[in-house]
Amino acid sequence: MNEKNNRILVNGNHAVAYGVKLAQPKVVPIYPITPQTPIVEKISEFQAAGEMVVELVTAESEHSAMAACITASLTGVRVFTATASQGLMLMHEMLHYASGARAPIVMFNVNRTIGSPWGFWPDQTDSLAQRDTGWIQYYCEHGQESLDTVLQAYRVAEKVMLPAMVMHEAFYVSHALDIVEVPAQEVVDQYLPEFNPLHRLDPELGESWGNTVNQEMFYRHRRDLGLAMDSVVDVAQEADTEWRELTGRGYGIIEKYRCEGAELVIVTMGSMVGTARDAVDNLRKEGVTVGLLKVKLFRPFPTEAVRQALMGVPKVMVLDRNFAPGTGGFLHQELKAALHGLDLGPAVHGYLTGVGGTNISPTNIASLVREAISTTPVASSVWKG
Amino acid sequence: MNMGYLINEEKVFNSGHAACPGCSEALAIRYIVNTLGPDTIGVVPPSCIAIISGPQPLSSMRMPVYQTTLEASAASATGIARALKAKGNDHTKVVVIAGDGGTYDIGFQALSSAAERNEDFIYVCLDNEGYMNTGAQKSSSTPYLAYTASTPAGKPTPKKNLAEIMAAHRIPYMATATTGYPEDLARKVAKAKEIQGLRFIVVLTPCLDGWGLADNAGPKVSRLAVETGVFPLYEVENGERYTLNFGSKGTPVSQYLSLQKRYRHLNQAQIEEIQREVDYNWQRLRHKFST
Repeated sequence: MNEKNNRILVNGNHAVAYGVKLAQPKVVPIYPITPQTPIVEKISEFQAAGEMVVELVTAESEHSAMAACITASLTGVRVFTATASQGLMLMHEMLHYASGARAPIVMFNVNRTIGSPWGFWPDQTDSLAQRDTGWIQYYCEHGQESLDTVLQAYRVAEKVMLPAMVMHEAFYVSHALDIVEVPAQEVVDQYLPEFNPLHRLDPELGESWGNTVNQEMFYRHRRDLGLAMDSVVDVAQEADTEWRELTGRGYGIIEKYRCEGAELVIVTMGSMVGTARDAVDNLRKEGVTVGLLKVKLFRPFPTEAVRQALMGVPKVMVLDRNFAPGTGGFLHQELKAALHGLDLGPAVHGYLTGVGGTNISPTNIASLVREAISTTPVASSVWKG
Repeated sequence: MNMGYLINEEKVFNSGHAACPGCSEALAIRYIVNTLGPDTIGVVPPSCIAIISGPQPLSSMRMPVYQTTLEASAASATGIARALKAKGNDHTKVVVIAGDGGTYDIGFQALSSAAERNEDFIYVCLDNEGYMNTGAQKSSSTPYLAYTASTPAGKPTPKKNLAEIMAAHRIPYMATATTGYPEDLARKVAKAKEIQGLRFIVVLTPCLDGWGLADNAGPKVSRLAVETGVFPLYEVENGERYTLNFGSKGTPVSQYLSLQKRYRHLNQAQIEEIQREVDYNWQRLRHKFST
């Protein structure tokens, strides 16, 4: 642990802003949306106080904010933006454009329900619906993890030249106060090298981007993008290990919690992980052998790590605070695909829990565990409140 | 003073590009990028300009060109300009070259916001009054009663007056230009190059195919647009200081319309109606010029 580390009481969004400040992006295009706004407000305060030297672009939309992120990144500077819900939906076209341009943007998305109807509640459908846009995706449990993950995301994104989005959920994490340790600038500088890309928009280089390509070039471009994405699993693992060495905090790309001898393992992401930890502790006290698998890195999906973690486990219960009509919970789908063909693979229950931000307590999860242990899973996700 | 301007070109735009023979846009691009010089980064949305820029790995321009999405040109230019500023680069120019669909319609929101923020780049709209790259559909720049593939009976509403809308943003520099007056166009680009903040130039570029013109009619139609008062050439500084460069010579608008197949369905009453509208607009604009 570094003795210069600084412990402060902040909400999850402000924790993110402290992480961004340490990463020292040079251009930050912003557009307000609840419940993300405290992130960019804090960055604006840092700039006004002279604590950050950054070009803030007050764009007229999230679409333009992302468009400006892409070109600023391609011009060779580190960039950041934050959004949520409808804002992320409006960016959708540019998300594909960003990964296609291999722009290592880091964006924070505060997971919030998508309209219609309007809602302001924690729900991961906004970012999960962007899972195929070529962005790395991380899901965080609390403010400290969000701060740390923003810095890890820059390190990974700039190494593989792909954009990364980091998530935590509306209000449960974004507005909840917690003690957060802010690492020293020297620690971050040691961890995160200066961003100095080989290819950039620069008259001295004369390189262009975006011109029409033929079918063969497009094919090669997509294949290369896929190879870069595949490399993320190892790069992210290494980035997390090194962060742990420097700060004492690491999270893994997945985390196994009390899985030893488990007859059932809960699999979930984001703030639900914290609730599930309590449920596991309570059930273990009662003698129920249950464990928890947290999926932190969702894109690329850490298929091999998940298969190893769940090999030999009799049953899995996936909790999805998100919903794709016609297919069910996103994590449920992904997990079934990841476990396909695994010898001694678990039977998988998929439960839709907390969709739209409904409250799921440790007691709710404990009763779902008992139900899952005593029933045979069905193929599709089941609504459980 | 305008007639005395000598065009000073640095060869950035090259021959061998994919524009139609006689294309006004290629002419406009030549005077724009050759005036700006090679220390420039271009932003081009989908349009004929993108085709003229060239497919990967070819390029018709000796400068970096970023091809963006149709609605994002001004936001994309913002990102480049701000990144250059953050890097301490105060010499490289950023220029958007976009069509009227990408400017008057889908790109207008981003453009208006960049103008309000007074971002430091030049935005040139090559205005051929329709979505010509997709086969000549109507845009909000298409004039009253003009035929397009999506207004086969003639457009029922007038052309959006983007020059005045941009001037109303009180940007440092707004100008209209057209390819029939190359010295005037080049001079305006050279002037814009020396100004900081958002500079906007709308260039009327007659489209041979979309307007139904003879292959050699581009410059003539462009000049008639000015001489009839359909498209006066003027400049506005800081939204207030208006300067007329070339205005109506009182040439009847029928001479302009008769060269274009997109107007061949018009009857006499409609031609007179267009003449009255042109006269009215010209009279209204004249009052704004300071001299």
